Amino acid sequence: MSYRGYEAVIGIEIHVQLSTASKMFCPAQTTFNAGDNENTTPVSVGMPGTLPVVNKKAIEYSIKTGLALGCDIRRKSVFARKNYFYPDLPKGYQISQYDQPICENGSVTFKLDGEEKTISIARAHMEEDAGKSNHHGDYTLINYNRAGIPLLEIVTGPDLRSPAEAAEYGRTIHQIVRYLDVCDGNLEEGSMRCDCNVSVRKVGAPQFGTKVEIKNVNSFRFVEKAIEYEIERQIDVVERGDKIIQETRLWDPDKNRTFSMRTKEDAQDYRYFADPDLLPVIVTDAMIAKFKSELPELPIARANRFQAEHSLPEHDAKVLTSEKQLADYYEETAKVSKNYKSSANWIMTELLRELNSANKPITESPIKPEQLGRMIALIDNGTISGKIAKTVFQEMWESGKDPEVVVKEKGLVQISDPAAIEKIVEEVLAANAQTVEDHKSGKKKNLFGFFVGAVMKSSKGQANPELVNKILQEKLK
Amino acid sequence: MDLTFASISEIADAVKNKSVSAKEVAQHFQTRIETLDRKLNSFTSINPNSLSDAAEIDARIAKGEDVGPMAGVPFGIKEMLCTKGIRTTAGSKILENFIPPYDATVVARLKKAGVVVLGKLNQDEFAMGSSNETSFHGSVKNPWNLECVPGGSSGGSAAAQAARLVAGTIGTDTGGSIRQPASFCGIVGVKPTYGRVSRYGIIAYASSLDQAGPMVSSVKDAALTLEVISGFDENDSTTTQKQVPAWSKSLKSDIKGLKIGIKKENMAGSLHPDVQKTVEKSIETLKQMGAEIVEVSVPLTEMAVPVYYLVAASEASSNLARYDGVKYGYRADFKNLSAIELDEFYGKTRGEGFGAEVKRRIMLGTYCLSSGYYDAYYNKAGQVRRLITNQYLEAFKKCDVILSPVTTAPAFKLGERIDDPLEMYLNDIFTTSTNLAGLPGMSVPFGLSQDGLPIGIQLTACHFEEQKMLDVAFALESASSVKGKHPHVV
Repeated sequence: MSYRGYEAVIGIEIHVQLSTASKMFCPAQTTFNAGDNENTTPVSVGMPGTLPVVNKKAIEYSIKTGLALGCDIRRKSVFARKNYFYPDLPKGYQISQYDQPICENGSVTFKLDGEEKTISIARAHMEEDAGKSNHHGDYTLINYNRAGIPLLEIVTGPDLRSPAEAAEYGRTIHQIVRYLDVCDGNLEEGSMRCDCNVSVRKVGAPQFGTKVEIKNVNSFRFVEKAIEYEIERQIDVVERGDKIIQETRLWDPDKNRTFSMRTKEDAQDYRYFADPDLLPVIVTDAMIAKFKSELPELPIARANRFQAEHSLPEHDAKVLTSEKQLADYYEETAKVSKNYKSSANWIMTELLRELNSANKPITESPIKPEQLGRMIALIDNGTISGKIAKTVFQEMWESGKDPEVVVKEKGLVQISDPAAIEKIVEEVLAANAQTVEDHKSGKKKNLFGFFVGAVMKSSKGQANPELVNKILQEKLK
Repeated sequence: MDLTFASISEIADAVKNKSVSAKEVAQHFQTRIETLDRKLNSFTSINPNSLSDAAEIDARIAKGEDVGPMAGVPFGIKEMLCTKGIRTTAGSKILENFIPPYDATVVARLKKAGVVVLGKLNQDEFAMGSSNETSFHGSVKNPWNLECVPGGSSGGSAAAQAARLVAGTIGTDTGGSIRQPASFCGIVGVKPTYGRVSRYGIIAYASSLDQAGPMVSSVKDAALTLEVISGFDENDSTTTQKQVPAWSKSLKSDIKGLKIGIKKENMAGSLHPDVQKTVEKSIETLKQMGAEIVEVSVPLTEMAVPVYYLVAASEASSNLARYDGVKYGYRADFKNLSAIELDEFYGKTRGEGFGAEVKRRIMLGTYCLSSGYYDAYYNKAGQVRRLITNQYLEAFKKCDVILSPVTTAPAFKLGERIDDPLEMYLNDIFTTSTNLAGLPGMSVPFGLSQDGLPIGIQLTACHFEEQKMLDVAFALESASSVKGKHPHVV
C-alpha cells in the first residue's frame, strides 16, 4: 500500500493478560474489580526477603498461545530482570523474559478484503505487569492490584504495511487468545494493550526508516487511527526535509493524534540479567504434546472448513467464527437443523440482534442451539412457515420453551391441507365480491397481493403461502 | 545444669522433661543480654514477647504435645531474616522502622522446632562488610577482645553466640559472612550447600550466593540446627527437593580413610603466622586420626574475590532497588518542598537511607550490568564462576573435604581497615569461592593466636556432602585448643 509514494513498515507488540486466577509469581488474586491494593501479597508489593514462584498455569497458557501461533517453544527459557525505577514498579525491576523467551519464530494468517496475509511472530515472552499510578495534581496514589499480573507479550516482525492490516492482525490475535481461553480479551479492562512501531520509507527503498513507537493503545480501532495519523505525520516530516526522531509517542483518542512521550535520549538502560531467584523454565516434549492435543480448532481453520464443508459464504464463515462459543453454537444448531445456510442466517440476523440488544453473550442465549436447530427443521419440513417461525422465535427467546411446545400452545402449525385453504380462500373471495370483480375485469391492477394478504390474515398466518398462491391463482382465473 | 554453656539438645531435653521451664531459660538468657550486651552491641531489637512465647512452649509441653527438637531453646536471629512482628532492618537506616508481617522460612522452621526468638542481631548493612562496622546500629565488639571486630557481616550473631547471650544464632553467608565471624569469635558456623536452606524472608543481598546457616557453639548444635532449617520450600524455587539427612544423629569423629584436600594455592599467600600454625596443626591432627592428606588445585580461586564482587554487587544493585521510599521504610523529608521530581525523590531518599559501603556496591553493580560493560564484567564473571565450580568438582574427585584457612589473620582492630575497602574485600579471599560454586563450607574453632584470639579452620565439601564436612569438623573439635575456653566478657 502506498501513501504519497511512501510505504509504511509496521510492527506490533501486544500485551495479552493471561487469565490465571492468581498472579505470575504469587498467590494474589487477579480479579478486576477488587478494592485498591486488595489484590496484593508481600511478594507482589516487593516486601524485603520475598521471592517469586512461577505460576504454572501462566506457562501452560503461554505455551498454548505459542503453539497456536506456530511458534517454536523453547525447552529452556529464562526469566530476566528488567531494572528501572518507577513508583508503581514495586521491586525496582520487572521480571520478564529477555534473550531466551518461551516462544519464537511463529506466524499468524488472516484474511483482509478476501486476501490472505501472513505476519511473522518474532517472539512471545512472559512477564509481570506493573501497578497503576493515579495522579491527582500534586500527589499520586498507587494501586498495586495489577502488579504481578501475568502477561504474554507477542511481538511481530516488521511485516505489516497498512493501518487496516495492523488492526486486523490485532483482532486476529484477540480472537485466537479468546479461542484458547487464555485471555478474556476485555480491552476496556486492559486485558490487551498494543504498542505499534511505525516507520515510513519511499516505495522500493531497501532500508527501513526511523521507527516511532506508539505505546499502550487499547483498542484496534485506535490502532488503525493512531497508525494512520503517524504515517501521515512522518511523511510530512520527511517531505519537509526533517528527520524522524526515534521516540515513544502516545495516542490521544480525543484529539485524534499522537504526541511525544519520551525521546531516545531518555531511554532507559534496563541492565537485564537472569533473575537468580527463579530457575529456568523447562518445557518437556510431553508437555508440548499434551497442550497441543488440547488446542481447539482455530478461527481461520474453522472458517475455511465452514466454507468448504458447509458451503457458507466467506462473510458468514468469518462472522460465525469470530468467537469460539458462537462457532460452537452454529455447529450445534446446524447439526440439528441439517440446514447450514438457514442456521447461519437465523443466528446472524435474529439471534445476534436479540443478543446484542440484550447485551448478552452467546453462552447466555435463552434459546439453546438444539432448540434453534429444531425450529429450523420445523420450517424445512413445512410444519411452520418462515413467517410463523419469527413468532415462534420470539416466543422461544422470551420463554426459553422448545419450538414444538410454542407451536402447539399457540396453535401455529401451518395449514397445508389444500381443502382447508380452499375453504378460507372461498370465504375471503365471497367477502370481497366487488374487489374480485375489479380484479377480473382488470379495472384495477395488482390486486393479487391483496387477496394473498387477506387469506394469510384470515388464517392467522398459518396457511402455507405456496398453496395459498396456487389456489388463489386458480380461483381468480 | 549450667544453662549458659549447655548445648542446644541439653536445653531442649531439660525443657521437655520439665527440669527447667522454657520461660526460665528465656529469662536466664534475657538477663545475660541485658547485662552483657552493653559491651558488645550485638542485639538490635529484643523480642518483647519472648517470655510469653516461652510460656506457650511450657503450656504445650504440659498438655503433652510434641514441641519439637529445640523445645524452649533461645535463639538470636540475624537482622537479614524477617521476623513477624519484630523489627528487621538489615542493619540499614532505610529499613529503620520495618516490622515484617511474616517470618522468614528459616525462622518459621526454628519456631516450629520449639525455638524461642529472643531478638535480632546486629550485622553489616545489608550484609555488606567483613567487620560489622557498616551497620546503622553501630559496630559490634569481639567478646574475646573488645577492641577487635567480631567479623562480618554476621558479627552480631558471632559475638552474641561467643558470649553465650543465646544458645544458638542464625547468620547469613554471601561471601563468607558466617564463616569469617565464626572464626574471629571462636564458634562453629556453617554455610550449607546453595539450595539447602530457603531464602524466603531473608533480605536479599546477592540472591545467587546468599545462604543462611547456624552459628552455634558446637558441631553437634550446628548439625541439629541445620537439620531444622533445611529442606525444600515452595516459596523458594531455588531450594532443593533432596531429603534432609539426619546429620546430628550420623555425626562421627572417626575419619579414618577420609581424604582431606589441601589447596596448594592457599598456602602460597602471606598468612599470619598464628593462622599458618593453626592450619598446619589441624592437618597434622587429622593425619594422626587416620585421614589421608592429598594436594588439590583450584587455581581460579585467585579470581574469586573480583568475581565475587562483580556478581554480588550486580545482584545487590538490583535487589536493593526496592528500597525507594515509596512503599515502606525510610523516606527523605520533603515537607518544605512544593514539588519534587521523581529522580530527586529517589536520590534524596536513597542517598540518606543507605550507608557508604552499600552505595559503593550499588554503584559498582549498576556499572557492571550497564550496556557496554555487561559482557566485560557481569557476563565474564559468570563464565569464570562456572570454571571455578568445574575446578572444584574436579578437586572433589580426589578428596572428600577441602581444608583451608578461613582468613589470613585473626580478628583485626576496629577501625583498622574501614577506610580501605580493597583491603577489606581481600579478607574474603578464602571464603568467596565456596559461595560462587554453591558448595557447603564451615568454620570450626581450632586454635588461639598468641594474643588469645580464636582461629577457625575452614572445611569445604562437594554439593550436598555436608555430612562429611561435619564429621571432619567434629573430629577437629575434639582436638581443638579453643574447646572449653570462653571469651573474658563471659
